Amino acid sequence: MKYACELKRSIYIALWFILLTFPIMVVKVNTIENVIVWRWINIAGIGVGAFVLSFFWQLYLRKKMTSQQTAPEKVSILNRLIENQKIYRLALFIAGIFALIFPFVFSHYQVNIMTTALIYVMLGLGLNIEVGLAGLLDLGYVAFYAVGAYSYALLNYHFGLGFWTLLPVSALLAAFFGILVGFPVLRLRGDYLAIVTLAFAEILRLVLENWNDFSFGPSGISNIPRPGFFGMNLTLEQSAIYMYFLLIALCGLTIFVTYRLQHSRIGRAWVALREDELACQATGIDKTKAKLTAFALGAMWAGIAGVLFAAKTTFINPASFTFMESAMILSIVVLGGMGSIPGIILAALAIILLPEYLRVFSDYRMILFGAALIIMMIFRPGGLMADRRKQYEFHRSDIINKS
Amino acid sequence: MDNILEVKNLTMDFGGLRALNNVSLHIQRGEIVALIGPNGAGKTTLFNCLTGIYKPTAGDILLYPPDGKAKKISGLKINIITELGVARTFQNIRLFGGMTVLENVMIGRHTRSKSSILGAIFRPPATRSEEKTIIDKSYSILEYMGLAPLVNELANNLPYGAQRRLEIARALATDPHLLLLDEPAAGMNPQETNELDALIAQLRTDYNLSILLIEHDMKLVMNLAQNISVLDYGEEIACGTPQEIRRNPAVIKAYLGEEADAEVS
Ligand SMILES: Nc1ncnc2c1ncn2[C@@H]1O[C@H](COP(=O)(O)OP(=O)(O)OP(=O)(O)O)[C@@H](O)[C@H]1O
Ligand SMILES: [Mg+2]
Repeated sequence: MKYACELKRSIYIALWFILLTFPIMVVKVNTIENVIVWRWINIAGIGVGAFVLSFFWQLYLRKKMTSQQTAPEKVSILNRLIENQKIYRLALFIAGIFALIFPFVFSHYQVNIMTTALIYVMLGLGLNIEVGLAGLLDLGYVAFYAVGAYSYALLNYHFGLGFWTLLPVSALLAAFFGILVGFPVLRLRGDYLAIVTLAFAEILRLVLENWNDFSFGPSGISNIPRPGFFGMNLTLEQSAIYMYFLLIALCGLTIFVTYRLQHSRIGRAWVALREDELACQATGIDKTKAKLTAFALGAMWAGIAGVLFAAKTTFINPASFTFMESAMILSIVVLGGMGSIPGIILAALAIILLPEYLRVFSDYRMILFGAALIIMMIFRPGGLMADRRKQYEFHRSDIINKS
Repeated sequence: MDNILEVKNLTMDFGGLRALNNVSLHIQRGEIVALIGPNGAGKTTLFNCLTGIYKPTAGDILLYPPDGKAKKISGLKINIITELGVARTFQNIRLFGGMTVLENVMIGRHTRSKSSILGAIFRPPATRSEEKTIIDKSYSILEYMGLAPLVNELANNLPYGAQRRLEIARALATDPHLLLLDEPAAGMNPQETNELDALIAQLRTDYNLSILLIEHDMKLVMNLAQNISVLDYGEEIACGTPQEIRRNPAVIKAYLGEEADAEVS
């Protein structure tokens, strides 16, 4: 049989886990009635779980071994579809129509969920600049999101400034904070960078939680105004629809800007930085500048998303900006495919929307989420839609022109 | 004399290890100088000092660009030195593996172009024409290096010899005056080495370069170099024309070891 070896190993591993966890998972002393409860059902769970995980792990190892021997370039179906101009245009058209009629067809509740998903699209695309393009593994991205949300809430509270004034102001503040974080971590890379950014985000969260005079502590800030619409008074439902379209527009802007950045001189410099930091400098790129712009531009989108989040929920507190958020946004980028804009959009929608529509499984949602991530990484390490480098065409006339 | 580079009493320490000891060297404009020496002699370390990757412990490195006056480059940042016209390749190839061949060379144009973030977003005509110039120039360099059919391949997927040539192409794209090649023939077969030999000679005239070359292949070195410097344990033990170096007893000793020397004498 094809997988006999893997099966055998997985069975051994499952048995081993059963043995190891037996004392804590099965035997339970009921101290009130002084009896021992044997919870045999737990063993079954452990066994099956360990078996499945180990089996997939073995498959992964095997796949890795074989792919090292023969590495044909595989292009996913999604990639091939999107590279077909006709299908691509058609898909864009359908998505556009769907986005336009969505709030009028679906309920208020659905519109709200979709708006949240769109905020994550924006966050994913922003983090993509840092992680996907420049290769700066940032585990504290939520800090910039918090800076955006709190700048809007606090500046509005103290100075009564409006949404449209504070949107760019908060974006700039977040970008500035990005540079502030970027400076001390210039020399760090990979896991070191990840840990330091994580720590920065936690520091910021703790400050927000404890500095009551500044940020109103854990109780947060409420009554944050929704964005105004030419001074009109909108009903709750109307303002949700307005918020939705605002996000559609701003996501469009994010896609446009990140796409242009990615395919520019600066975007190329980021990718070069990701690929080989030393060679990148030796080829004439200013590492400091490239890293700081990546931090600033990545943080800026988080800032904008933060303002939108604050305006949407009208209430923020530090609990919205925990490490879980950073992890979620990072999963979106990794799952979608580092550097791939369509992949990240798909992943953001999938990760935020699926749990909402699969309420039945809500108890197991984190487990399913974890399993999905593992399986994805085994079978599609490049993400849903791996980033493909831009191809250039040179015609004979070009060549003649040059010589 | 019309020097392009002058290295004066360069010393480089790694903790207790003196990788370079009081090394002096000069390269004249348009000249090919070879740097040879046994493994671990400090050749790559010298390159790393020249390109700003290491800060030398002592000594000066002076660059004489064709237009301006002498500039001390020791201690400058890596990318600034590249901008001043010193380009290099690496002993263990360091390409941007996940980028295409063309993009690798386009990165080389970074210092010679200047479109900003706003330019990238709004793409005004100036940015667009700059981008087109970058692409055209990169493509013509690739054509020159015989890599034109591979422009859209990922650098990682290239055969070894092509990767070496791509590294040279990327270095050329920065418009250097001085090109540093770290063992360009390493791992090449004799035919590829011969092609490389011709290519380097051609490069010098076509791109108006001075070249400093580290190489273990003596045939290539003797063919190409007008002057040779020999390093051993961080010391410069000889320098001169290929004929002089070939007959230099110190060099023979460094290469063949003490016993061989004893046997000869
Ligand atoms: N970053 C470093 N830290 C400590 N020691 C180093 C470092 N770089 C080089 N060395 C040491 O300096 C010495 C010279 O190394 P270098 O790489 O310059 O030799 P090389 O002449 O290029 O040799 P090869 O022909 O093998 O490439 C070696 O002993 C090496 O171990
Ligand atoms: Mg070396």
